[in-house]
Amino acid sequence: MDFALSSDVVEFRDEIRSIIREFVTPEIADRMHTTGVFDAPELNLELGRRGILERACPGLAKGDPIEMYVMFNELEKAGAPYDGLAVALMIAAVVNKLGTDEQKERIIPSIISGEALVCMGYSEADFGSDLASIKTRAIKDGDEWVINGSKMWTTLAQVAEWLILLTRTDLDLPKHKGLTMFMLPMNTPGITVEPVHTLGTEITNATWYDDVRVGDEAVLGDENGGWRTMTTVLAFERGVMGGTNAGVPLLRHFHEWAVANGVFNEPTTRERMARSIIDMQVATLLTMRSAWIAASGGMPGLEGSMTKVFAVEAYQRASGWTQATAGPAGLLQFHEEGAAGEGFVEYDARHSPVMSIYGGTTEINRNNIAERHLGLPKSR
Amino acid sequence: MSVDLGLSPDQESIAELFNGFFSNEAPPAVARAAEPLGFDRELWNKVIELGAPGMGCAVENGGGGASLGDLVVVAETVGRSIAPIPLIDHLAALSVLTDADLVAGEAIAAVAVRPADANGIWSLVPAGAVADVVIGVDGDETIVIRSAPPMSGPRNHGSMPLADRSAREGTRTILGPASLFEVVLDRWKLLTAAALVGIAETAKELGVAYVKEREQFGVPVGSFQAVQHGLADLPVAIDGGRLLTHKAAWALDNVTDGLIDWANNEITDGPTLATMAFLFAADGAIMATDRSLHYHGGYGFAEEYDIQMYYRRARGWSLILGDSTSVGLSLADRLFGTVEG
Repeated sequence: MDFALSSDVVEFRDEIRSIIREFVTPEIADRMHTTGVFDAPELNLELGRRGILERACPGLAKGDPIEMYVMFNELEKAGAPYDGLAVALMIAAVVNKLGTDEQKERIIPSIISGEALVCMGYSEADFGSDLASIKTRAIKDGDEWVINGSKMWTTLAQVAEWLILLTRTDLDLPKHKGLTMFMLPMNTPGITVEPVHTLGTEITNATWYDDVRVGDEAVLGDENGGWRTMTTVLAFERGVMGGTNAGVPLLRHFHEWAVANGVFNEPTTRERMARSIIDMQVATLLTMRSAWIAASGGMPGLEGSMTKVFAVEAYQRASGWTQATAGPAGLLQFHEEGAAGEGFVEYDARHSPVMSIYGGTTEINRNNIAERHLGLPKSR
Repeated sequence: MSVDLGLSPDQESIAELFNGFFSNEAPPAVARAAEPLGFDRELWNKVIELGAPGMGCAVENGGGGASLGDLVVVAETVGRSIAPIPLIDHLAALSVLTDADLVAGEAIAAVAVRPADANGIWSLVPAGAVADVVIGVDGDETIVIRSAPPMSGPRNHGSMPLADRSAREGTRTILGPASLFEVVLDRWKLLTAAALVGIAETAKELGVAYVKEREQFGVPVGSFQAVQHGLADLPVAIDGGRLLTHKAAWALDNVTDGLIDWANNEITDGPTLATMAFLFAADGAIMATDRSLHYHGGYGFAEEYDIQMYYRRARGWSLILGDSTSVGLSLADRLFGTVEG
């Protein structure tokens, strides 16, 4: 095996690092926690201006999954707000693969320039893991589609330009087959956004669709082919767009605090820290494996499930022991005097629980591994 | 140079050769028959024919010139089969020893993984019961001793050929300062990590095969989600351990002045990675054997079933280096520097 990045990827990584040094300031990191929007427009624009988003987007320009992994890993390790960017790039890749020429021309440039974000309308109040049962309806009315229903966890809807929306278009077909995906501007009349405040600071949304009218130009992929579009989205995510090394900045913040407060010489703390560092290495190696499989022309869906299960639990272990070790200082929030790790210890204890839910729960991922890797019978 | 996380065609052949060899020559009955000593001379003689004992030595010394990545592949097959031969200890010792009889495998070498005590005794040396040569640290020197092996030792959890050996009696060679031994111990940790990945892999296979076949309530117990989820963690730990072990091998072979920049998760220092791999693979093997034994129900507890042999070796092969807290703290010293005072 070879674990060295090629020289052009190293160059790419160094460019990302220099952009991070300039644009991911403490103020920007702070802003995500005060606004609840995990996105940095100035960072996105700079990455767009330098052609990096186009270069990293699958199917466009170079589209090297190793570079995609490197970019998001660097952003995550630096504690940058990158959630908006990850979603936007993933959807740009889907539009590029399944969209019409007209859709590609209309949508992709706005994303790879770093200007436009995308929000995702998949889950509903009653349908999360059982996504194929969603009820939001799109009905053909002459040349138009009329959409009615509601979505849950439509994160970034308050700032996004685009919405990718999963709807039911045929009630008579089996549940996976009567779905159609739409891609429409968020300023289309009939969309209402209401904030949902979360434990982890991030503000997500509930969204309502009342007689939202769009034409065929908004259908992404085939009519009643929404599930295929959905699996394409997941295939592009591949577990390489961040979300696997969130413990790295936490350990850094905790260590600074522990050293400054004279508690880092405790053997228990040193051992726990060392073991979390092993976890972070393993998490990044599993992520790199997914990128390598994708770069070799494979589809690392199963490996993505494995990576997510491990990486998320590693992060949760780290946030658990760092807070417990910090004692009362681990309860104090950002900007409070004496807060452990400048408040990150407290923050990560609030943020880490969501990671085993979004993008596929740990239980769904374990089902995948049991069925597809171990060959055990379907349990539901 | 660019990321390539697959085995090379050569390594694929090595894996096929050794997996085939061990499944023919060392099915679990062989390990069982070799208990409690944990050594089968006949099997050792057969690996000699494969050229395995000297495969990591330089070609000019009569060895096979294999890379550490290649040896990791071999070590994993040893773990998969729990073959009762001290190949891992021998391959580790031969990172610095080049004696012709060792390279040929006519004599067996062991690694005293902990330094000698004040009386010059290396206690509980893995493979110490059967090795003709032992390498280890006595005081501030790296010592090589040739002396007759006792061919017996204390009965132990892992059915390993353990024995106390003297660092002073026998034909004694001072190889150099104690620091010279580090390369031997790094290689021992690396190859033991790979063997522990192999143990976990077989434990997973045994467990999965069992729950597919065993029925309760009229269905295979493997159809229950509680059982599935317990087993689903195993391939994750196995793949993670394998990747980390191979990264350690890659770093030991290719990287000088590697990074220990944990704050940015950039670690390319071989010895650091070898200890990380050892700790992670030990945890993985312990978890995998624990769960697999559990999902065998009462039969996992029965001596007749093979999983208990893996369960014991997962603990034996990892614990012989020292308690895991001490090993974890030695990693902490590498990562953060030692604690003053």
